[in-house]
Amino acid sequence: MTEIFGRFDFDVIARWIVPGERVLDLGCGDGSLLKFLKAEKGIRGYGVDNAPENVLAAIKNGVNVLQFDLEKGLAGVDDDAFDHVIMSLSLQTVRHTVPLVKEMLRVGHEAVVSFPNFGHRSHREAIAQGRMPVSEALPYQWYNSPNVRFFTIADFEALCADNGIVVREGLFFDEGRAVTEDPNLNADVALYRLGRG
Amino acid sequence: MNSVGVVTPQRVAFDAPITLRGGATLPGFELVYETYGELNAEGSNAVLVCHALSGSHHVAGVYAGQQNNVGWWDNLVGPGKPLDTNRFFVVGVNNLGGCYGSTGPISTNPATGKPYGADFPVVTVEDWVAAQARLADHLGIGCWAAVIGGSLGGMQALEWTLQFPERIRHALVIASAPKLSAQNIAFNELARQAILSDPDFHGGHYYEHGVVPVRGLRLARMVGHITYLSDDQMAEKFGRELKNGKLSYGYDTDFQIESYLRYQGDKFTTYFDANTYLITTKALDYFDPARDYGGDLQAALARSTASFFVASFTTDWRFAPERSREIVYALMHNGRDVSYAEVDCSAGHDSFLLDDAHYHAVVGAYLDRIET
Repeated sequence: MTEIFGRFDFDVIARWIVPGERVLDLGCGDGSLLKFLKAEKGIRGYGVDNAPENVLAAIKNGVNVLQFDLEKGLAGVDDDAFDHVIMSLSLQTVRHTVPLVKEMLRVGHEAVVSFPNFGHRSHREAIAQGRMPVSEALPYQWYNSPNVRFFTIADFEALCADNGIVVREGLFFDEGRAVTEDPNLNADVALYRLGRG
Repeated sequence: MNSVGVVTPQRVAFDAPITLRGGATLPGFELVYETYGELNAEGSNAVLVCHALSGSHHVAGVYAGQQNNVGWWDNLVGPGKPLDTNRFFVVGVNNLGGCYGSTGPISTNPATGKPYGADFPVVTVEDWVAAQARLADHLGIGCWAAVIGGSLGGMQALEWTLQFPERIRHALVIASAPKLSAQNIAFNELARQAILSDPDFHGGHYYEHGVVPVRGLRLARMVGHITYLSDDQMAEKFGRELKNGKLSYGYDTDFQIESYLRYQGDKFTTYFDANTYLITTKALDYFDPARDYGGDLQAALARSTASFFVASFTTDWRFAPERSREIVYALMHNGRDVSYAEVDCSAGHDSFLLDDAHYHAVVGAYLDRIET
């Protein structure tokens, strides 16, 4: 789903990546983030996606892609195999949220997670008017959305606190512009750097 | 359409002896092979296609005057096809111990002047790859752009990356496994016992008796065919459909599936050699690169430097997706380049031979990435 946002979140993620790192990108889509990080940061890594059309697109994009079902975890991957495990705008599509975030922090030293903020002002207004939100960050109707978990920035930070996941850095954006004031109301996308407790 | 057209098999003799993994030495040997496309000046566009249990060097195209004798992977290999002969120089070879013209049990044993028969030594995947390397030398191929194979052919592609890491850039390992499971070996043993217990087997020297262990070979092939298909596909293709519309209350073929298996078994005995079948099932059983590393596949694959494409099929229970994932995880552990596709196809193990659109798309996309 990264293509919806252009590359601003790629640039943010790239700032957190040290050149030459080992990177795992979960829900990699067509592999454009990995391709970008390969070109910009010389990373080595793999994308994971379970959709056949994404696997094909990622192969065409010249990146390593693995067709795994993230709901089944990453049991075959070694502890500490990666410097960064990224999940760019995909966490809301996974049912087993907590096990997966814990897996990310098992196989990677640090996790990078970005997600659409369901608490954004426009979404609250849509709900107040009696309709499920549809926006640039949430471009789907309720009946065709790949999203299965609906959460806000505040919800996510509570989940981290409850599970001993350390938030090392959080950055918030509204239509690509940085948000500092009340991000849970004003940001449509959040990006986090997470570590083990 | 898009065929490599009429092709002619070639033959090469190697005079230097080859010592096999099992300890036996052959004084020399011959391989038959076919090539499609042109080797470029740098010799950097060569792709080796490895065959599985019953395959041969005849991978693509047809023979003159035999328009129905189409290569076994013709849907994948040809001009404009996923393995594009406009870009690649493709080589198909009949393995050592085979029955399509390469030195094997049917060949004359120089020591006795009679066919080797059961005296032909058991060969392994490692031996096949060593023999294929001599063919590469003969063709002037220092390093394969890729080695590709399905099932047992995938094991050869994997073995190339271990035995000759500097001579292979990409391995395409399809519907394969890093070793057979106990269940896989059990099916092979059933096939072997069918052949070995046929009264016409004569300890493997049936050529001298002018007979063929047809019943054993037929039964072996029938067992094999059951494992190549998925339960779903068998149900869809045959169900409980009757051959003659009514039950016979006897032991003739009542059901279409029985008719199919008997037909496949009979057909197989007209072109395949029982001794080669025995050897090939043993090569399958023995393949286990992790064996020398205490069962540690990660350690075994550490010396492989090739990039990999691994694919499995959702309904393949003979070499299930989990078996392919073992290879993928071991490669990830070693930080190797690998892509993995798990193709949704109903045809079981046989899927790798079919022209499923997505399957061919991912294989083609990967091959397109390979520099020549």
